[in-house]
Amino acid sequence: MLDFTQQVISGVALGCVYGLIALGFVLIYKATEVVNFAQGEIMMLGAFMSVTFITTLGLNYWLSFLLCVIAMAILGAIMERLVLRPILGYPQFSIVMATIGLGLVIRALVGIIWGTDDLRIETPFTDGVFTVGKLVIAWDALSIIVATILLCAALYAFFRYTRVGIAMQATSQNMLAAYYMGIPVKRMFSLIWSLSAMVACAAGILLAPITLIHANLGFLGIKAFPAAVLGGFGSIPGAVAGGITIGIVESLSGFYLPEGFKDVAAYVVLLAVLLWKPQGLFGLNAIKKV
Amino acid sequence: MAHHVRTDYGDSDPLFPSKAAMFWYAVLLAGLIAAPYMIESYYLSQLVFIMIYAIVGVALNILSGQAGQVSIGHAAFLAIGAYFTAVAQKHGVPLVLYLPLAGVFTGIAGYLVGLPALRLHGIYLAIATLAFAFIVEEIIARWESVTNGNEGLMLPPPSLFGLKLGTEGFYYLCLLVTVLVILAAINIIRSSTGRSFMAIRDSETAARSMGIDTARYKTTAFALSAGITGIAGALYAHKMSFISPEMFSLSVSIDFVMIIIIGGLVSLRGAVFGAIFMIMADPLLIILKDKVPLWSDALTHALYLPDSVTAAIQAGVLRVVNAPGLKSLIFGIIIIVFIIHEPMGLDGRWLRVKAYFKQFPLARQRAARPPRMFLKSERR
Repeated sequence: MLDFTQQVISGVALGCVYGLIALGFVLIYKATEVVNFAQGEIMMLGAFMSVTFITTLGLNYWLSFLLCVIAMAILGAIMERLVLRPILGYPQFSIVMATIGLGLVIRALVGIIWGTDDLRIETPFTDGVFTVGKLVIAWDALSIIVATILLCAALYAFFRYTRVGIAMQATSQNMLAAYYMGIPVKRMFSLIWSLSAMVACAAGILLAPITLIHANLGFLGIKAFPAAVLGGFGSIPGAVAGGITIGIVESLSGFYLPEGFKDVAAYVVLLAVLLWKPQGLFGLNAIKKV
Repeated sequence: MAHHVRTDYGDSDPLFPSKAAMFWYAVLLAGLIAAPYMIESYYLSQLVFIMIYAIVGVALNILSGQAGQVSIGHAAFLAIGAYFTAVAQKHGVPLVLYLPLAGVFTGIAGYLVGLPALRLHGIYLAIATLAFAFIVEEIIARWESVTNGNEGLMLPPPSLFGLKLGTEGFYYLCLLVTVLVILAAINIIRSSTGRSFMAIRDSETAARSMGIDTARYKTTAFALSAGITGIAGALYAHKMSFISPEMFSLSVSIDFVMIIIIGGLVSLRGAVFGAIFMIMADPLLIILKDKVPLWSDALTHALYLPDSVTAAIQAGVLRVVNAPGLKSLIFGIIIIVFIIHEPMGLDGRWLRVKAYFKQFPLARQRAARPPRMFLKSERR
């Protein structure tokens, strides 16, 4: 039982990271109907930037965190402007390929700038543990869970109470109507990309202590797809819930099932869910007009 | 510009657009048949790779270009075809039997993947095929009694009717299969099945209203596409003569999608153009890798820059040129540039160049420009 709880907690921590990446997908998908296959790479870029700020420049962890998030917000808007804006309205297939191309470019640039060695950062949570009875919880894992809760609360408040947040909601519900109401839809798209890059960057920095930072970190983004699909691809709480589910499934199957199942567990769950409920667990069933 | 007058329903989609086209295709075929006697073995080997990629391109064209279904997991079908071949050959099945059977077997796998596709569309389908590819890759790595796991399988050279096929023999086998696959694909596209595919691509709801059994045709498209990829997989296994799971990873699937994006989704010719581009990009990049430092060196010397600046520039150039991820950087940029500036692919460019010369002094730029696209919501 102790093993089980231990695995569930590490699963929840990993799942929160998946959830945060999935949150990035969902934000962009809801507003622009684009699925961003480069989300994992954006997260990786955030993690690598934190290495530069913390290890190379020797800045304080919290300050670095802030700087990284701001830098990623700007980069996110630039990516939207350069790659996504020109192909607004193209078939989804083309847009998906463009984001895959963007992912390839980011991964290659990261490899050229930071090299291909594994890197690590020092955080205030490194090596700390927290014990409840016999249960051992690493500070790292706890920091991820707490940060996810805080981020979700912040996002909720942003979408609920700020003018920009409400404008974004309007854009994602009906672009044309939002445009008629005087909402600058294109600027909203850039802002959404910034926001999603910020969330991805936070995920990357939080993840950095538990896995080393390396050039293949971006593949975690692909693992976040099952999370987003489980959550229905359109629901913010759904994305986090999906992420946590995938994290728990993965960590339990790594512990109880033979080797090899851990890597594919997420995809097996994904296919099963898609067969059973094609719109995801939290999705809406929409019938498309001609 | 001469207009073709149609006098028969059969004229509306002939196998070859004109007599002249038939002649040029015959010339191309004759050239390819003569190729082993005319070019070096390195280029012959590249030609074989081009043909294998072209077969995969044709398969993806049927699925994505014609039927409008997305797949970013086609490396899995290539893997299934390749492993089927390796195992069949080990058990002494002759080539004439296992080559088509690899197609049939992979086609069945494709049919099974097509089943979820009935209920999914767009992005969900793309993700489902991605998940399928990961699962296949993992199964191949773990099912050691059949696939020998990560150590991979060696394949003896193929033999046809007891004769060992050498380099040239294998080249002709690939050529034959490629020609047959392309002819089959053209015929599928101009049959009622092909027209149903297009109807589904353009609007699934409208196709269903017209009485097209969308479920049947979507699974058919998947099965056909997978089957053709499986045949390509069989040839690929023989070409490489060694297969292991990491040869069928996600990046291979992305390469395959690049074939049709770069070549153009509209026609089969695009698949061939895309295959040529993807295969020839590698040797081209290697040549550039050698040449670029020389060019930058010559340039800095020509500008009489101070030695320290020259050295710094040279070091920078060498660092970029020798960077491990350079190829994916260039490929990523190519994908983005093609999608933004050439959505019809190389094939679209080819058609425009052809139209320019046909209408020579009267050609207008505006007429060739693709129509503007507007954002259409996929939601209600």
